[in-house]
Amino acid sequence: MSKVQVIEICKTLDQLYTLDNISLTLNPQECVVILGPSGCGKSTLFNIISGLIKPDKGKIIIDGQDYTGKTGRVGYMQQKDLLLPFRTVLDNIALPLVVKGESLKQARNKAKSYLSEFGLVGFENYYPRQLSGGMRQRAALLRTYLFASDIMLLDEPFAALDAITRHKMQLWLINLRSQYNPSILFITHDIEEALLLGDRIYVFSPLPARIIGEFNVKGLSEPEKNKYKKKIIELL
Amino acid sequence: MKKSANIAHNAAPAIALLFLLFLWEFGVRFYEIKPWILPGPVKVLSSLIKEHNLLLMHTGITLFEALTGFLLAVILAFITAFLLTHVEWLNRAFYPLLIISQTVPLIVLAVLFTLWFGWGLTPKIIIVVLVCFFPVTINFIEGINSVDPDQVHLFRSMGANKWTIFRLVKLPSALPAFFSGLRIAATYSIMAAVIGEWLGAQKGLGYFMTLKQKSFAIDEVLAAVFIICLMSFLLVKAVDFLEYIMLPWNRINENGKY
Repeated sequence: MSKVQVIEICKTLDQLYTLDNISLTLNPQECVVILGPSGCGKSTLFNIISGLIKPDKGKIIIDGQDYTGKTGRVGYMQQKDLLLPFRTVLDNIALPLVVKGESLKQARNKAKSYLSEFGLVGFENYYPRQLSGGMRQRAALLRTYLFASDIMLLDEPFAALDAITRHKMQLWLINLRSQYNPSILFITHDIEEALLLGDRIYVFSPLPARIIGEFNVKGLSEPEKNKYKKKIIELL
Repeated sequence: MKKSANIAHNAAPAIALLFLLFLWEFGVRFYEIKPWILPGPVKVLSSLIKEHNLLLMHTGITLFEALTGFLLAVILAFITAFLLTHVEWLNRAFYPLLIISQTVPLIVLAVLFTLWFGWGLTPKIIIVVLVCFFPVTINFIEGINSVDPDQVHLFRSMGANKWTIFRLVKLPSALPAFFSGLRIAATYSIMAAVIGEWLGAQKGLGYFMTLKQKSFAIDEVLAAVFIICLMSFLLVKAVDFLEYIMLPWNRINENGKY
């Protein structure tokens, strides 16, 4: 059974027809990339999947249950790390579990056991402002993972980082996937990133966003991926 | 080298103050100005010491009014800011009124309060509340509204309710702005209490000053002024200290160091 099903979603936002009949699926342990030009409504789709806004039409099915307009099920991460400046790194990571109803102590202990895997050991009592951009994104990713380890929505998580850090983070995410096997929906406007990280790629059109292509690129070799790259560039 | 430069840096305002006091004392003596027009700082200081028992009693009253009013204002401001930032129609109805309320001449109200509530402490405390309420409320509201909406969305996506979001995100984010308002209110609070007393009271520094002014004991009036300045200053420092304790993360500068 698929993890997330997006069924015929339509949405008009601020009198702008944003999403036109979007349907897609995310299978367990898969990384699905949504690729499209900037401002094409990709983030709106994530807001709908996470339950922040309701679609005009269509449904969100998670694990076979209707989650349309319901929050609190998926982990959501944006380009901005959105760490609270007044909380330590550890508390930032632990807070979502507190929101879920765990005690702060319990949540901290849970968070602590993941610090080394996310390269944050020794920094747990620092404030976000004291960390580098890459570290902050890793902390944000750990927070996302701890909240919902099975479904993560990542909205251009590395877009604000410099090229070197971004590449490191991409490799690190690949490594992370092989260890924890989450299901990931990943938004980007970077074709290279899409081909590097994705098992499947959905290509979105400019507004109103429509799916204009779907590519299965799992386990492909470099030359084969390059072929797809050309195809995608032609599409866009 | 660096340390001595630092000391000079910190001592500069004290040296300037001493210089001005010296100029004042010198001018009063040189031009032989009568003490019932303007006494020198030495005379003021000696009256301060001579009358310290009486001054201390009146200071206690003024401080009590100021602190009580200040605390009440902060509590009221907290509730008002929470309501106005969370209930849209309340905000639309009352925010403009809040701004307009500042155009009412407070000194006239103070006279009316004495008429309504008598000569006791109540009308003074009300004036302090009115004066302190506005800066705290406005700054707090600004602080709450300037929270990154994406930050709020993130916590909403986790399924947090309004109260949780206020407690975990909005309130702590707004604390620096809240303290800015608190600092302004602290400077006003003592003065507001004194003005209240000035317009009709039986105790307090304001009452003391009206009495002494009528008998041309300007040195004692100025001694009271000195106490008022000192109290206001200490109150602001107390707010600064509280902020330092409560917002450790705010001490970190741009380079990420304390």
